[in-house]
Amino acid sequence: MNRFLSSFKLLIIAGLLLPGIASLAQSHGHENGHDEHSEQAAHDEHNHGGQSGAEDADFADGVDHESHTDNLHGDHSHDDEFVAGTYIIHHIADAHDIHLFGDIHIPLPVILYVKEQGLKIFMSSAFKGHGHGDKTCEADGITYTVHSEEGTLADGTAVVSGQITAAEHGLPLTIYDFSITKSVFGMLLILTAMVWMFLSIAGHYRKNPGQAPKGMANALEPLIIFVRDEIAKPSIGEKADRFMPFLLTSFFFIFFCNLLGLVPFLGGFNITGTIGVTIVLATLVFFLTNLNGNKHYWGHIFWPPGVPLPVKFILVPIEVFSIIMKPAVLMIRLTANISAGHIIILAFTSLIFIFGDGGQAIGAGSGMGLFSTAFMIFMYFLELLVAFLQAFVFTLLAAIYFGDATHDPAHH
Amino acid sequence: MGALLTPALGTVVWASIAFLVVLFVLRRFAWGPILSALNEREESIAGALNEAEKVRKEMEDLVTSNENQLKEARAERDKMLREAREMANQLVADAKKTAREAADQEVASAKEAIAIERKAAVAELKAEVGNLSLEIAERLLRAKLESNDEQKALVNRLIDESPLN
Repeated sequence: MNRFLSSFKLLIIAGLLLPGIASLAQSHGHENGHDEHSEQAAHDEHNHGGQSGAEDADFADGVDHESHTDNLHGDHSHDDEFVAGTYIIHHIADAHDIHLFGDIHIPLPVILYVKEQGLKIFMSSAFKGHGHGDKTCEADGITYTVHSEEGTLADGTAVVSGQITAAEHGLPLTIYDFSITKSVFGMLLILTAMVWMFLSIAGHYRKNPGQAPKGMANALEPLIIFVRDEIAKPSIGEKADRFMPFLLTSFFFIFFCNLLGLVPFLGGFNITGTIGVTIVLATLVFFLTNLNGNKHYWGHIFWPPGVPLPVKFILVPIEVFSIIMKPAVLMIRLTANISAGHIIILAFTSLIFIFGDGGQAIGAGSGMGLFSTAFMIFMYFLELLVAFLQAFVFTLLAAIYFGDATHDPAHH
Repeated sequence: MGALLTPALGTVVWASIAFLVVLFVLRRFAWGPILSALNEREESIAGALNEAEKVRKEMEDLVTSNENQLKEARAERDKMLREAREMANQLVADAKKTAREAADQEVASAKEAIAIERKAAVAELKAEVGNLSLEIAERLLRAKLESNDEQKALVNRLIDESPLN
């Protein structure tokens, strides 16, 4: 276990460092490094609705902020400036369509609930725009905008990359976005595949009782037994059966989602790196742990045994905090690890373009290409390991929390 | 980074619905049957292995007991053979003894009979010799005593020979 944990730490550190590398790459083109957040306030007035303009003043300030202000976008699509940070975030963030390559996009349904106007459903192909900039579409007098980058609108609303806003006659509308985004689509794809796979396996076992497994059952049985014998039983003990459905479902869901994210030319799914997905898994762990918590579990939190009274005053708040912190850490670990892997691979891809300097330095670009490709191959193998490892770690830690909650010391 | 760290409402809603639905569907129709099938199979395999072990042990016991029986049978046979040989020897010895006794008895009685016969024959011979002697003596006497002188001589000799003086 310690070996595993230290490699996770390494990956988390890598994940934290790489955006730094990415922003260094950005400053390769522009002299100044930047702090994404501190500058936003200064540019609020320029960022409305993805319209261009006013960037000259920014450059005069000597401040580089092209990766997060909407108003610069029109510009980028024209001068072909490559910005690694934008490129990477754009590829790992959730999106409303699946970008295969070039201008080929698979449209996905956009489902919006516009306050006081009801549900609006249309395909993402309705959005028009060029390159990587903001895209807009108009329907029933409402203008919808997909923001390509993080920034703040004129009315002070903060937006993130991929977020949709709506305005009617220039006035912003409150909307709730229930679109089938790239991550949601990938998730539904994986879940559908899982239902099909495991129902057919269950059928196989029903038809061939007591026989050796064949085909898909044979392929997945070792993993099912692995989850049962290496994760659930050692961590939970005799009450493991109760948690098996959740552990198996989340293990296979995370594992398959991680693997889908590694398939090239499929739009680079980053399902388990999408915090909206992992927060659901973590919330389920939270509820399953605490709803199954026994007297012993709550006793340990609110009246830790075997410590002096003054220490209890320190320990109890920490323990209470840990109720929420434990699943939150599960969520962050999974998201960070999977995103980090994608970021590293994208960063190495970016290096090729940065060294190539937009076609100006083909030699440097090719040299970097060789280096990057070699490293990316290595990263892909590492990511295959991480895909399994993160599914294992999430499930194992969830099982340990379930075990803590249901563990009965009287039995031991 | 905001896009990475902000959970989108739509994603959360879809993820919750889809994951929970799949969780319940799989729990009801997949995990239950799969896990129970695996358990059953493992139990049946464990049972079969135990059974095989038991049978092996039984076989071992059987072989051991067979060997023991064989050993016993062999010992029994040896004992019987030995006894039979002893008995046969005894019989032969007894028979010889009896035969010898019978023969000895026969010989003894034969000897006895011969002795009796011989005695009888001797006795008869004695009687015959007496008679013959008498006859011879009679004839001699008759021939000698045909004259008076001879009679007188004889009487005198007899008188001389008699131990009367």
